[in-house]
Amino acid sequence: MSRFRTTRGGRIDRSRPVRFRFDGRDYEGFAGDTLAAALLASGVHLLGRSFKYHRPRGILAAGAEEPNALVTVVRDAARRTPNLRATQIEVYEGLVAESQNRWPSLALDVGAVNGLFAAFLPAGFYNKTFMWPRSAWHALYEPRIRAAAGLGVAPGLPDPDRYAQRYAHCDVLVVGAGPAGLAAAAGAASAGARVILCDEQHEFGGSLLAERGATIDAMAAADWIVAQHAALASNPRVTLLPRTTAFGYFPHNNVGLCERITDHLARPPAALPRERLWQVRAREVIFATGAIERPLVFPGNDRPGVMLASAARSYLNRYGVQVGSRAVVLAGSDAAYAAALDLAAGGVAIALIADVREPGRAQGPAATAARDAGLAVETSMTALGTSGRRRVSGVHLGRVGNDGSIRPAASLRCDVLLMSGGYTPSVHLHSQSRGKLEFDAAFGAFVPGTAAERTRCAGGVRATHTLGAALEDGAAAGVAAALAATGHAAAAHRYAARLPEARLEGTPGALPQPAGAVPPAKAFVDFQNDVTTRDLALARREGFESIEHIKRYTTTGMATDQGKTSGLNALGFVAAESERRIPEVGLTTYRMPYTPVTFGSFAGVARGELFDPLRKTPSHDWVVAQGGVFEDVGQWKRTRYFPLGGESLRAAVDRECLAVRQHVGMFDASTLGKIEVVGRDAATFLNRLYVNNWSTLAPGRARYGILLRDDGFVYDDGVVARLAEDRFHVTTTTGGAARVFGMMEDYIQTEWTDLSVWITSTTEQWAVIALQGPRARDVLAGLVSGVDLSPAALPHMAVAHGRICGVPMMLFRVSFSGELGFEINVPADYGAETWAAIHAAGQAHRITPYGTEAMHVLRAEKGYIIVGQDTDGTMTPDDAGVAWAIGKAKSDFVGKRGLARAALRRPDRKQLVGLATVDPGVVLEEGAQVVATPGQAVPLQMIGHVTSSYHSPVLGRSIALAAIVGGRARTGQTLYVPMPGADIPVQVTPPVFYDRDGARLNA
Amino acid sequence: MPETLQRRPPPVEGRGWLEPLPAATRFSFRGGSGAIEALSRAYGVPLPTAACRAASAGPRAALRLGPDEYLLIAPAAEGASLAPMLATALGSLPHSLVEVSHRQVAFAVQGPYAEWLLQSGCPLDLDLGPFPIGMCTRSLFHKAEITLWRTGPTTFRVEAWRSFAGYVVELLADSALELPA
Repeated sequence: MSRFRTTRGGRIDRSRPVRFRFDGRDYEGFAGDTLAAALLASGVHLLGRSFKYHRPRGILAAGAEEPNALVTVVRDAARRTPNLRATQIEVYEGLVAESQNRWPSLALDVGAVNGLFAAFLPAGFYNKTFMWPRSAWHALYEPRIRAAAGLGVAPGLPDPDRYAQRYAHCDVLVVGAGPAGLAAAAGAASAGARVILCDEQHEFGGSLLAERGATIDAMAAADWIVAQHAALASNPRVTLLPRTTAFGYFPHNNVGLCERITDHLARPPAALPRERLWQVRAREVIFATGAIERPLVFPGNDRPGVMLASAARSYLNRYGVQVGSRAVVLAGSDAAYAAALDLAAGGVAIALIADVREPGRAQGPAATAARDAGLAVETSMTALGTSGRRRVSGVHLGRVGNDGSIRPAASLRCDVLLMSGGYTPSVHLHSQSRGKLEFDAAFGAFVPGTAAERTRCAGGVRATHTLGAALEDGAAAGVAAALAATGHAAAAHRYAARLPEARLEGTPGALPQPAGAVPPAKAFVDFQNDVTTRDLALARREGFESIEHIKRYTTTGMATDQGKTSGLNALGFVAAESERRIPEVGLTTYRMPYTPVTFGSFAGVARGELFDPLRKTPSHDWVVAQGGVFEDVGQWKRTRYFPLGGESLRAAVDRECLAVRQHVGMFDASTLGKIEVVGRDAATFLNRLYVNNWSTLAPGRARYGILLRDDGFVYDDGVVARLAEDRFHVTTTTGGAARVFGMMEDYIQTEWTDLSVWITSTTEQWAVIALQGPRARDVLAGLVSGVDLSPAALPHMAVAHGRICGVPMMLFRVSFSGELGFEINVPADYGAETWAAIHAAGQAHRITPYGTEAMHVLRAEKGYIIVGQDTDGTMTPDDAGVAWAIGKAKSDFVGKRGLARAALRRPDRKQLVGLATVDPGVVLEEGAQVVATPGQAVPLQMIGHVTSSYHSPVLGRSIALAAIVGGRARTGQTLYVPMPGADIPVQVTPPVFYDRDGARLNA
Repeated sequence: MPETLQRRPPPVEGRGWLEPLPAATRFSFRGGSGAIEALSRAYGVPLPTAACRAASAGPRAALRLGPDEYLLIAPAAEGASLAPMLATALGSLPHSLVEVSHRQVAFAVQGPYAEWLLQSGCPLDLDLGPFPIGMCTRSLFHKAEITLWRTGPTTFRVEAWRSFAGYVVELLADSALELPA
């Protein structure tokens, strides 16, 4: 039995002990414990070292707001989760946790030496000190600072867990399952609404879980929770999500929830994901997010054993753990009295309740009850400091006189110092939804104001003081939200609740200290980022007035806890220092996530093979069997080359290129975008869109089309065939398919509503096999029927319908290699077999499958451009050498006015030309710059760049395309490509290197 | 000449919650009211006038996917005869009829967890109230476009473009790991 565990009571399961390990030592707790509760039960208060000063830190809170007790949970080498709050980790058999930010050990930490130099680590220290020399920042300062400061270590191995995601919709989403949230969910459900209720804890009940003696509708609170939970669980229209944090609010009631599914299990089943990210779209949202108790700010307030009063109460009532033997209670709100009463009843000696308020403000029911119970109470007190090293051992109290003077009052021995500075409503999500906040001066905190979206707040977040008020507020919000969402009314249940009232208001800021005296220790405002009152005062002295600036200068509120316990105290302190009211100082912005969310849950299933759709063409399996090498082109897997035996890339590509030039090659062109443009005005539509004149294109013929953007720059290209008067088959680049389709649809719907035309994507309807080479016709001849393949009947740029191997075929006579070429389109389900049939029939003609690499070389030998490689979004058709495609007689097309701009007509624009290296064996680097003269000093006068560069096997030399200023006029000139070690001389040539008169094409 | 080739859609492996559906004949039909009437008569299925609703008669179905856009789904065997028949019926009425039989692959997601499985990647509300039997729409499943048609209380017909089908099925299978055996 652990020393500090009570003999009975609490919500833990004493019949199920669990063993766990913290920093190499074994401990025992019970099912239902958090790691913090189980360690406290064993008397462990020292859990970590602070971020900046490496000060010993313990457990401040009992929930999500915990700033100090951050630990790493280790399952195995790949499963290390740093920076988890010990107050939220459920213990399980075999749990292994480690403290952070200490070396070599938690008790003896060399980093604590920072504390000795604390005077030299004021606010803005890093900004001021490590600015110069600038080069040292990346090399020296940043790595060292990160190593010294880092909270926890990320695992170095890929995350082996699965993460799931899902979308959900509901009428009413209730965030928080405390009394108000449970009442709200019940209210909304009673009106028949679809309800989702989520809570970050493993069990519902919220603040009730830490209450003793509360009753609701004549039931003990614990029984009421069970009954309420059962009623909701039995309703098929209600989804209950424990262990689920609503971490972010996104526009229009889209709320992000993170459900933790297996973190609490000793042996997680392989079938379960670790977490599930929910994207909930709710008609109405209710924030029943409660309130968080504030620490008091005084010197030495960060010692282990200094704890929120509500946390001590929670550990006792919920977990059966005494947080110490002898407590001093600093009361800045009545909540401290309620804690003192419970602790006294639970066997903890209460040395004194030191109320930091004036006598008149310490008169609530809780204070009266404490006095009636015989607890010692003093008012007008302040805390001047604490003693102890790794655990508080005493507190030095002062008394505030009527004139504001402070004199020492007493030094009391204690092993736990409880404090309550009042409560801060958890307005995070309300504020994220752009809801207004109002400062409630009487309560001493910001409370929700007008909502900006269809949301409402209920219960503690609205600073309700009593259990009855919270329940009533929740029930009313529940039925109101259901009515707003569904139109169905229901009466709000009237709860009869009994719980001694403890008013929760307080005064944010720091406790008064003697004027002029140097405090004996730092008074921490932000525990996680080690920000003290001195830092805030320094920031003000240095001229920072806005809280947004003070926040960034001091980093207060910028830690992973986002200032849950510190924000309002920082505001209160700055307000007091500058003699302003808190709302005048302003408020920093709340941002998601409420508590940290794993990267895994955001990534979800989008990793590895499922990161993105992996699109395969009909020839894919055949290529795999042949040992082909693939490359990624957008989402597509395309065959790059087909190595034979141990062939290198260069050898394979040379062989494939020569095969096309000498015999015949086959290539899977299925990825090309295809759009069927149909309608009476199809030709008019394409005339307006493309630069070409389509009116003159006869059915059965095709033409190379160019699409520009408004500004006149080349956007896409492809062969367009006219299948009938009112039907065109448009091909696009592989990568441009979706955006060209979108552009067309945009023009049809918004600009040219007068046209009778429709577009349909047929990219995936057709498998396309390019058959290129002098023997292409011979291969086809034995396979097709219903088509006359002769040059007269099917000349270059003609299209015909027929059958291949008995299945329907659309046959294009086109070439992207400069050889006699066909593109065989078959319905895609026939693609794989057609591919295999052509390959088999081609054996007699030495057919060679080729990939994208050879395709690139072949087209470059012919000077055919690739949009996006030889053009870059700043090239006009003339720049790219394809101005011949423009229909000169056309009155307009997209980009025509753009092309008329003077700058686009200058003769010194970059133009696409060929480059031939003087040394034919040198292959230029794609992207290399081109200069006019050799040996230039930096900065060189660059006049262009290489866009494509290959070894051409048929020419036995290298070839390149380049965009050169005034390039065509430089034909014959020698230019230079500066590379490390040498300037490579090149000669400017026309961009067509092979078969300039096109005899092979028209064969 | 080789024998006529067999139609082979991308394989989809059946499992309890997933049933591959047979290859089909599909057309994307666009047109105004005159063409819609003519097509309804010829096709034998009155094209639905309500948004995002499907109608069927025997093995033929029509899904209204946009203001003037319908997806026609018919048995594969009707492929050769249907196209000329519909084209004749439509005549010179303004319309677009494009065959997309092979563009997409169909399978049914079925059983008590059908909705739950689809909600893992589809952002629409698939509850029987807002997404009743007979409702159909284009939507997303993670990063892939799908066409979704609820054919029963716990049955959805899912159509995905052929190169996206594997992605959609694999992601569904990932979710299905959680299903009770």
